[in-house]
Amino acid sequence: MKKVLAITLAAVMLLATLVACGGNNTATNNTANGTTNSTNNTTDDTNGDTATTTVSGTVNTNGSTSMEDVMGSLKEAFEAENPDVTIQYTGSGSGAGITGAQEGTCDIGLASRDLKEDETGVHQITVAKDGIAIIVNPENPVSDLTIEQIAALATGEIANWADVGGNDAEVVFMGREAGSGTRDGFESITGTEDACDYQNEYTSTGEVVAGVAANPNAIGYASLSAVEGDTTVKVLTVGGVAPSEATVLDGTYEIQRNFNFIISDSKELSPAAQAFVDWATSTAASDLIAGAGAVPVAE
Amino acid sequence: MKQKLRPMELTMNAVFFICGFIAIVFVLFISIYLIISGIPAIREIGLVDFLFGTEWASTAAEPKFGILPFILTSIYGTCGAIIIGVPVGFMTAVFLAKIASPKLAAIVRPAVDLLAGIPSVVYGLIGMMVLVPAVREAFDLPDGASLFCAIIVLAVMILPSIISVSETALKSVPREYEEASLALGATHIETVFRVSVPAASSGIAAAVVLGIGRAIGEAMAIIMVAGNVANMPSLFASVRFLTTAVSSEMAYASGLQRQALYSIALVLFIFIMIINVALNTLLKRKKG
Repeated sequence: MKKVLAITLAAVMLLATLVACGGNNTATNNTANGTTNSTNNTTDDTNGDTATTTVSGTVNTNGSTSMEDVMGSLKEAFEAENPDVTIQYTGSGSGAGITGAQEGTCDIGLASRDLKEDETGVHQITVAKDGIAIIVNPENPVSDLTIEQIAALATGEIANWADVGGNDAEVVFMGREAGSGTRDGFESITGTEDACDYQNEYTSTGEVVAGVAANPNAIGYASLSAVEGDTTVKVLTVGGVAPSEATVLDGTYEIQRNFNFIISDSKELSPAAQAFVDWATSTAASDLIAGAGAVPVAE
Repeated sequence: MKQKLRPMELTMNAVFFICGFIAIVFVLFISIYLIISGIPAIREIGLVDFLFGTEWASTAAEPKFGILPFILTSIYGTCGAIIIGVPVGFMTAVFLAKIASPKLAAIVRPAVDLLAGIPSVVYGLIGMMVLVPAVREAFDLPDGASLFCAIIVLAVMILPSIISVSETALKSVPREYEEASLALGATHIETVFRVSVPAASSGIAAAVVLGIGRAIGEAMAIIMVAGNVANMPSLFASVRFLTTAVSSEMAYASGLQRQALYSIALVLFIFIMIINVALNTLLKRKKG
């Protein structure tokens, strides 16, 4: 008899839980829908006031994995403003992005390097610049290096800080994991692809900064936006130029590269793709680009 | 009464069956998914080159996918953790089960349980901030992140499981065995090591295997202290484990690199399977 009671009670409780959950879900859904609707209304209003056309469709972008963060923020904001547009991003590398734009398999190719002379039939539009800061421990007396010295330190060619005017101590080079856009950027700019002698491969910029902050003989790289104003590490000047938004923009800071949209010369962009390109290169997108760790170029 | 019970009985049967089934479905799903997504890269790279290649350069112009460094690091790291963790854990278990006064045991046991509850990322963080610089200073190394640090962190992490399982095994030794030994004139410590421990040996072995399983599967704590460079393992070198090889590159991986990461996961999965089979065998032998 007790068992029957227990089982019945259990069943009732289970049912009660299910009902309760169901009820909650419905409530949440309703609220969510309500919010979405009101947002849409607001967006529509804004569009009516400022934009002249409403665009729709899918924009396929393909290319540089380094641009993933920038593309992520741009996509999110653009889709929120234009609910009928879907931006697709595929990270396959700058080379594949350029080929995609040439062959027309994507609307916009993404390349974190400039076009080479033999890559014809397409043109590039720079949306942002990416500065990479070289950081050392604050205890390190070295404060300026040339790009050649940095490359030699990274490959292990220079293994002692004394060779570049520092203390007599072994160089500890720290960086990011294979596949990281910052690693790709650093190695391609310094010409040390596949040749770096890492002591530590971290999976995030924050860890690189923490690692360099904890080791007096460490040197590492991090995206510029991540170390601005950080006092736990010392940001080196490269060839006498301190990295900042201004020096990246005017090109005097050497460890930087362009984030480019690659667009076909022959195939016309769809209205949605054109709207996206125009918007991404306008000042409206500047804050988003800066938020994603790059330097916006729009004025 | 019995007639009325039937539908309820059936419903609850179905509920329990579904619950039990869910676990099996997930295990099957994960196994099949890993095998399906892990095989293509192994086929493309070649099983021998994959398992016994000594170089891993997944994004190089001519990529190399040899995971021998990861396999060896995982084995060395786990062995190291066992060599340090098992004696300490075993002695603690003996202390808790047989030697400590109940009052003292009541303080130590919750502390051990608390150790088990600390999230692995906290172990990693403290290892990164305290242990790595300390090892660098103590051994006068250029950088402290190394296999050695990972072994220390793993040894501490496996302590709770070794202690609690060994303690349970020691406690389940029949009281009569020990009383007989004491009656024959053996001292308390002699009794513990000559009678109780041999009687609990299969349970203690199970504790060790459980520790191995925990150590080989850990990723979060060691990714923060091991340095993560795909070197062949040596005690003070920066190394990468099977687990950290997957987690460190997964975020931006593409193409063959991503597939190879699935293959590493498959290798790790097979390792864990072997350990589980060993554990089950030990536990069965204990019962029999």
